[in-house]
Amino acid sequence: MKTDELITMLASGAEAVEPHPLRRRFALALGWGAFGTTLLMAIVLGVRPDIEEAARLPMFWVKLALPAVLLAGALLATVRLSRPGARLGRVPAAIAAPVLAVWLLAAIVLLGAAPEERPQLVFGYTWAYCPLLIAALSVPLFGALLWAMKGLAPTQLALAGAATGLLAGAGGALIYSLHCVEMAAPFIGVWYLLGISIPAAIGAAIGPSALRW
Amino acid sequence: MSASEDRLRDLLVRGLAGDTSTYHAFLKELSAHLRAFLRGRLSRLPDEVEDLVQETLLAVHNQRHTYDAGQPLTAWIHAIARYKLIDLLRRRAGRDALNDPLDDELEVFAASDIEADDARRDLARLLERLPDRQRLPIIHMKLHGMSVVEAARATGISEAAVKVGVHRGLKALAAMIRGEP
Repeated sequence: MKTDELITMLASGAEAVEPHPLRRRFALALGWGAFGTTLLMAIVLGVRPDIEEAARLPMFWVKLALPAVLLAGALLATVRLSRPGARLGRVPAAIAAPVLAVWLLAAIVLLGAAPEERPQLVFGYTWAYCPLLIAALSVPLFGALLWAMKGLAPTQLALAGAATGLLAGAGGALIYSLHCVEMAAPFIGVWYLLGISIPAAIGAAIGPSALRW
Repeated sequence: MSASEDRLRDLLVRGLAGDTSTYHAFLKELSAHLRAFLRGRLSRLPDEVEDLVQETLLAVHNQRHTYDAGQPLTAWIHAIARYKLIDLLRRRAGRDALNDPLDDELEVFAASDIEADDARRDLARLLERLPDRQRLPIIHMKLHGMSVVEAARATGISEAAVKVGVHRGLKALAAMIRGEP
């Protein structure tokens, strides 16, 4: 087939493209993914029983804020990386900011605590499985978001995979925090971030093959 | 921004709105720019140029919904051409064949070359390997110029299935070029 024949073939009958395809695709993926992740949390883990009392404590909201702000930054990064030629600009800084903020808060808490209390503030009760549960909860979101990315056109595949994983991980952590009873900033700054990094690392590893087009 | 940028962007935006003759003009003009751009970067692999022009055109078409009219077209096209060029070189495991840096975004519309060599890969032959539900809608609509309604009548499947068949078939064609089953 000659190139001119290909051009005629591609152009003939090419209908109008529906408006806002990115928004629609990401909204679908986030909606179904969050539904799956929430369902998984509610059925397998359950919402913490004392959530009403916990919601009166500022730390409960700080714990929600970290993954929520990370989620916003990762969503920006993922959307930009899904389209050829778009630049990240200041998005990496927007992703780093909540991480640095929680580490700063953790440092203040640790410095203000007695030395013998510090291990408890870092390890809490659930450090051994918290990161794994966050990674496991992120699976429905991760799958849905990979589907969304696959239908778009990322050109930096490892980076796009990492951003997709980060977004799924932040969503998983946000929903996990409704189950988790830990309330110390040092715990959040270590184990939550570790849990969020697991899907991000997996995304970076599988991006080049999973997102190829 | 260059005159080509404005002109091509205008053609594409109208093409994305469903104006097929403008879209045809866009692809035609784009192919000449792509050919010049890729010829300059594949000077050690001249036989690959026309295949890559075709592969990039197919990618631009399949991914055309990711173009945002607020974005410079040069950046969008350059990113796609660069991506397909690197993909080709990876496939050949010969990244050293690349003798020019790829970070020259503004050059993508700088030159134009309408002298097409023959493609070595015959897309018509690849098309024959598609399953009927994708191949027939493409042949009727895209090669014989039928409308969706006519193609649906000719194949005996629904209009929605015709559209899906064309869309998936062109994506499958791109996957075959990449060497995926």
